Amino acid sequence: MMPDLGKYQNEVLASYGVTLLLLLGLLVLSWYKGRCVAKALREVEERRTKNG
Amino acid sequence: MSLWEYANPKLFMQTSGKYLPWFAGLSVITLVSGMIWGYFLTPEAENFGSSVKIIYIHVPAALMAINAWMMMLVTSLVWLIRRHHVSALAAKAAAPIGMTMTLIALFTGAIWGQPMWGTYWAWDPRLTSFLILFLFYLGYIALWEAIDDPDTAADLTSVLCLVGSVFALLSRYAVNFWSQGLHQAASLSVDKEEHVSDVYYWPLLLCIAGFVLLFIALVLMRTRTEIRSRRMKALIARERVA
Repeated sequence: MMPDLGKYQNEVLASYGVTLLLLLGLLVLSWYKGRCVAKALREVEERRTKNG
Repeated sequence: MSLWEYANPKLFMQTSGKYLPWFAGLSVITLVSGMIWGYFLTPEAENFGSSVKIIYIHVPAALMAINAWMMMLVTSLVWLIRRHHVSALAAKAAAPIGMTMTLIALFTGAIWGQPMWGTYWAWDPRLTSFLILFLFYLGYIALWEAIDDPDTAADLTSVLCLVGSVFALLSRYAVNFWSQGLHQAASLSVDKEEHVSDVYYWPLLLCIAGFVLLFIALVLMRTRTEIRSRRMKALIARERVA
């Protein structure tokens, strides 16, 4: 199933590896920041509701 | 319904919340299918060997690097002309995605260039304009972070985006403007005579579709975060005044 990449194996694997790493990093950071901001906003809104 | 109605943050949040999971799911399906097809099921190229498999990430990333800046140009113009906050925040949200795509295009290009051209880097028109585009992305993100007032930041970054558009376009057409340089002509063309062979063409199209969908999903996700962050800052400012 695994293709024989021959003499370009390192180049191909490095390209795919770095791309996956960068895309996953971007995805995780975007998701994490979104979660933190949503939580912080919820807290501020709850505080405002409590304080009238 | 008019497109301008999405300038209302509440409506944008409602609509984007509904469509985001679809874009995210579709992007995963198309990206995974395209990559599996390209990586496992396509043959080696006669002149490039197995290094041809890099095309499935390099070309879509390079396309998105340019098109992300073009999307930022449109939303920046909407901000400058109509003062819709959501459009300025969408431009801000797209910048790190575009920068990542530019980095992927530069990195995979350099890795492919070493065995093919005998060098990781050359001051070739397309490579150089891509490096400048990357620096524009960095500058754009830094400018947003450096200015406290969000409206002033949106104004200045929009102007920077207009200037950077020259380099985004140059990155796309550099090969046509200057025939000298190492980088070959575009791999895809409307004229079927010019683009890559069918065996690589269809998985490549699928990968491009996957990158486009991923970009849309990430822009929606990040714009929602920016809208929430802006609302939070506004509420905190109101609390301080009260």
